Amino acid sequence: MEIGIGLPTTTPGADRELLLEWARRAEAGPFSSLGVVDRVVYDSFDSLTALAGAAAVTERVRLVTMVVIGPIRSTALLAKQAATIDRLSGGRLTLGLSIGARRDDYEATGWDPTTRGARLSRQLADLRTVWEDGAYGPAPVQPGGPDLLVGGTSGPALVRMARSADGYVHGGGPPRSFAAAAARARAAWEEAERPGQPQLWAQGYFALGDVEAGLAAMRDYYAFTGGFAEKIVAGTLTSAGQVKDFIRGYEEAGCQHLVLLPSVSDLAELDRLAEVIG
Amino acid sequence: MRIGIVGGGPAGLYFALLMKRADPTHQITVAERNPADATFGWGVVFSEDTLTELRDADYETFLRLEEHLVRWGAIDVRYRGRVLRAHGHGFSAISRHVFLGVLQERCRELGVELFFGREVGDLTSWSDRDLIVGADGVNSWVRTHHEGAFRPGYDVHPTRYAWFGTDLVFDAFTFIFEPTDHGLFQVHAYPFSGDRSTFIVETTEETWRQAGLDRLGEKESLAFCEDLFATHLDGHRLFSNRSAWINFVTLANQNWHLGNIVLVGDAVHTAHFSIGSGTKLAVEGAVALAKGFQAHPGDMAAAFAEYELERQPRVERFQAAARDSARYFEGVGRYLHFDPEPFVFNLLTRSGRITRADLEQRDPVLVNLVDRWAQAAGTGVDRVPLLTTPPRTAPLAAAGAVFANRVARSLPAPDSAREGVVVDEHRRGLELAAASGASLVMTEPVAVAADGRITPGSAGLYGDEHTEAWAEVTAAVHDRGGLIGVRLSHAGPRGATRLRSRGTDRPLPEGGWGLLAASDTSFVEGGPVAKGMGPVELERVRTEFMQAATLADPAGFDLVEVDASAGYLLASFLSPLTNHRDDHYGGDLAGRLRYPVEVVEAVRSVWEGPLVVRVSASDWHPAGSGGDQLVVAARAWVEAGANLIEVAGGSAVGAARPEFLPLYLVPFADRVRNEAGTPVMVGGGITTLDQIDTIVAAGRADLCLLDPVLYDRSPYRDALGR
Repeated sequence: MEIGIGLPTTTPGADRELLLEWARRAEAGPFSSLGVVDRVVYDSFDSLTALAGAAAVTERVRLVTMVVIGPIRSTALLAKQAATIDRLSGGRLTLGLSIGARRDDYEATGWDPTTRGARLSRQLADLRTVWEDGAYGPAPVQPGGPDLLVGGTSGPALVRMARSADGYVHGGGPPRSFAAAAARARAAWEEAERPGQPQLWAQGYFALGDVEAGLAAMRDYYAFTGGFAEKIVAGTLTSAGQVKDFIRGYEEAGCQHLVLLPSVSDLAELDRLAEVIG
Repeated sequence: MRIGIVGGGPAGLYFALLMKRADPTHQITVAERNPADATFGWGVVFSEDTLTELRDADYETFLRLEEHLVRWGAIDVRYRGRVLRAHGHGFSAISRHVFLGVLQERCRELGVELFFGREVGDLTSWSDRDLIVGADGVNSWVRTHHEGAFRPGYDVHPTRYAWFGTDLVFDAFTFIFEPTDHGLFQVHAYPFSGDRSTFIVETTEETWRQAGLDRLGEKESLAFCEDLFATHLDGHRLFSNRSAWINFVTLANQNWHLGNIVLVGDAVHTAHFSIGSGTKLAVEGAVALAKGFQAHPGDMAAAFAEYELERQPRVERFQAAARDSARYFEGVGRYLHFDPEPFVFNLLTRSGRITRADLEQRDPVLVNLVDRWAQAAGTGVDRVPLLTTPPRTAPLAAAGAVFANRVARSLPAPDSAREGVVVDEHRRGLELAAASGASLVMTEPVAVAADGRITPGSAGLYGDEHTEAWAEVTAAVHDRGGLIGVRLSHAGPRGATRLRSRGTDRPLPEGGWGLLAASDTSFVEGGPVAKGMGPVELERVRTEFMQAATLADPAGFDLVEVDASAGYLLASFLSPLTNHRDDHYGGDLAGRLRYPVEVVEAVRSVWEGPLVVRVSASDWHPAGSGGDQLVVAARAWVEAGANLIEVAGGSAVGAARPEFLPLYLVPFADRVRNEAGTPVMVGGGITTLDQIDTIVAAGRADLCLLDPVLYDRSPYRDALGR
């Protein structure tokens, strides 16, 4: 299993210096990928733009969205932005997409939330077609464009993943919930009669230094979920032991790429995590 | 903390005493609307795990309960005049009345205020409480007053059941299956004291009405059951305690708390009585909620989060198992032709929680009996020796062939054929699959015509060059000792798409071909529209299937499968979502079946070997086909000459909503096998050999398509542990 780290684009107080230095240290550290989460109506950096910045200061790490909310973006623009990041990074982008969980992001961007599932299904196929056929450039470095991941737990999300993406990205939780989701993703893949197997990606939050600040940030970021925020807080990894158990559990459950997301805007957090995973 | 608890049942009382014990400064009130000595129902069942939780949570309560507990380790199944006993199942039970008495007594000792015969009615009188607990049962008014916040869902089960007591003391958890002229009745019975047992009688709505029970009062119902089960009661009586015939309701809630109100026990979740009692869940919930407060004193939000994180996934799994168990009893009438061994094995593995391997831990003797039965049934040999092998290794004589074992394999298309001619990659893949020891390997969809291909890389069987290329593949599989079947297919509305390595159903940018379907439809929204078939096309495609079948023999195939699944051409006729024809190939199910059945008949007319029809289990769509249609159609396939049905995934339309739960196709296969009476093959997330043993021995399917992805993992590490 490969371990990546999140770019702190949503944590309070993040700035240019933090993001760029974070990306450089991730590149120099034991991390295989650098991930971003996506949200519009929040004091956070834009996911794709931030990845473009990270692309400019790194050479090795994979750049992954976990996930971008597809249906609040025009497919043509998204195809162009993703292809641009793929070019800027020399072919290191993996594009995760889902319908997201927040209505306010749809309201703010002016997209209809009621047709979001159908639009994402269409979008996945159209992205690939734009990249393969080259209707407009830039042509991605990766042949046919970046790998696509789909997140979500509903049946339709899994159908979408199996039909039109290259892998599944899990939304978080204990290893057992990942294992159950991975089994469903594989069954969906089997049903779709696609060759090979889906890539399996997952994520978890950590706060290893100022734990209280981290948990407060999580509470704020997930306040829109109501009572569920407390569960995300409870699942946040706050010690080296918890991180190690989590990694072991996910590896046993068959995860291939685990991305650990920060909750505090502090470079020392990256160093602490690097030390834990060696 | 000031704590108000609505409801003095097991959850409310146990939570009260645990909180008071943890911190005597808590002021705790329990308000119960019934009198202290009122109780409904008879005994309640605990698992070993629940007892451990009770012991750890409050040893004093446990000690007082223990002297009243009845424990047993066996499950008896009374079926066809015999009793088969399964060992190794640790359970215990207690009288509900005694249980509540102990909890009340312990609450009083600790200083919990108990009020009986008191309706709270309105929470404003408790506005000074820090915490309010809704422990007021399945009809909880705390919940129903805030339905918008808790968002409950109710699943009413279709069977009728009545909850009796008896003075016959069983010495095991006892299931009784008693067929009558009206239909089947079953009993779930267990002892709960030195002189009483719970005796639950269950039957289908239809049987209940035919027996006239809908018109009988409480006393007459009791007399009916005493008479029906006279042999089993052996002179003992049944007792009623407002024992009406009711439907069980499974309750689940999206949210378990609202502000400072939290739900616990039956108020928040129920689980069908056939896998134990809701009291078990209620008590475990009370323990988890109390632990939440112990771990996060003064932080109610964190306490609720801990309670819900701990309990919600467990309750969901338990409810899923209970639902599968309930479904088993709803349809158990379809298994009455089973021999006792598979009947009991099927019963014990009904909830999906216990596999053959689990059962072998509990009762190796019984599992050996089942293994030997499976081998005997497969080989026709009367006496199978003790040292036998698991059911997956039992041969299967079906469809005019002998399959060496119950494991089949199929591979997704490598999409590397040239003009339909398969290449070395195909041979390697299928040969490797056969080398695994599977008795049967199935090809990917093999097109019966060039315009029946899915992609330009799809394999075909419509010319001499195809036959010759396949002959090399089949020879390689035969060298490995396996049988090989060809899945004859016409892509229909899903044709002319790009290679599937980057996704399915993406139209070719150029070089495509005209698409056919039952009606003018497209498989995915916004996709290319296929043309509804006219008389000429119907005749042509039927002939193409027949011609392909004539090539199956020279190509060396042992088995021919007609693909009527997953939205391909023949499937588009079957589903009401895609067949809008107004001729005799459309309309009701008989009409929609007509053309695919004609194709099967045409294939049968030129192919004498084993003939399989592959169908999707369901459209996974509210307006589509489901299990009932699947069973009716299966009978039609058999009549048309099919010997075996493959129950597959996929849907007639792109906008389907399957949930991909574990072994999601198996219940459909089970219905086809045991209602239509035909051998079936099933796949769908079958990833372990133990799953196959369980499915086969339980009589849910005959052949299983293994997806051995889990076996790819190597247990070896190098010296540094990498």
